[in-house]
Amino acid sequence: MENDFSATRRLILQGAGVLTLIGLGIVPFDVTKALAAANDKYPEEAFKAKSEADAIKALYGKTPEPSDKVKMDAPEIAENGAVVPISVTTTLSDVTSISFLVSENPVALVASYKIPAGTLPSVSNRIKMARTSNVVVVVEAGGKLYSANKEVKVTVGGCGG
Amino acid sequence: MASTIRVRATSSGETTEVQALIQHPMDSGFVKDSKGELIPAHFIQQLTFEHDGKKVFTADWGGGVSKDPYVKFAFKGAKKGDELKISWVDNKGATDTTTAKIQ
Repeated sequence: MENDFSATRRLILQGAGVLTLIGLGIVPFDVTKALAAANDKYPEEAFKAKSEADAIKALYGKTPEPSDKVKMDAPEIAENGAVVPISVTTTLSDVTSISFLVSENPVALVASYKIPAGTLPSVSNRIKMARTSNVVVVVEAGGKLYSANKEVKVTVGGCGG
Repeated sequence: MASTIRVRATSSGETTEVQALIQHPMDSGFVKDSKGELIPAHFIQQLTFEHDGKKVFTADWGGGVSKDPYVKFAFKGAKKGDELKISWVDNKGATDTTTAKIQ
């Protein structure tokens, strides 16, 4: 009961806070839109995590299983770690997001893409690699996590200068 | 001021392929300058693509994305002549927005 009470109280206080902000003109859009936009919030914590496992946990709250349905296209050797082209495509259905991580970078998470319905589960981008490392791609599909790994050898680091 | 965003969106009938190239230093905060001082982190955090008021793609980026970032994706439900709205915000609160016509 006490928990219920405090949860309700929190909701009321939150609601009051939002209303006050709208009243002051600080929140420029309506509440429903704001709540929908909460899903699109930048995952600050995940981008602070040093290790790949911590970043995945912060981002998704679960661990991925390796899948051969996640196809990563990455070079064997990257001569310039500052610009490493990586692309991913998958035959998994109901994909909702795709994330790129580099195990040996100072911050493991590089990029996380949201894939709404109607958008194909395929992304190309260019990332920085501090040194030779595993590149990990995580695909969220149907509420589950799948991953693919590939080691990319770096001859000149991209985070050292 | 010219936009920092260059976009090419081409429709093949069913799907629209989008390629974007953005001018941004994407400083990770881990690199030192010639005097040995750390260059402060300065990178785009979120990049969104909207078609017809609906988000078709959102990129959340950290400092590990290359300088002058490039991204490619494809989506369904648009046709030639439609507009695509692209905008980004970086960790210092700077933003840029542009629109591109689907070809």
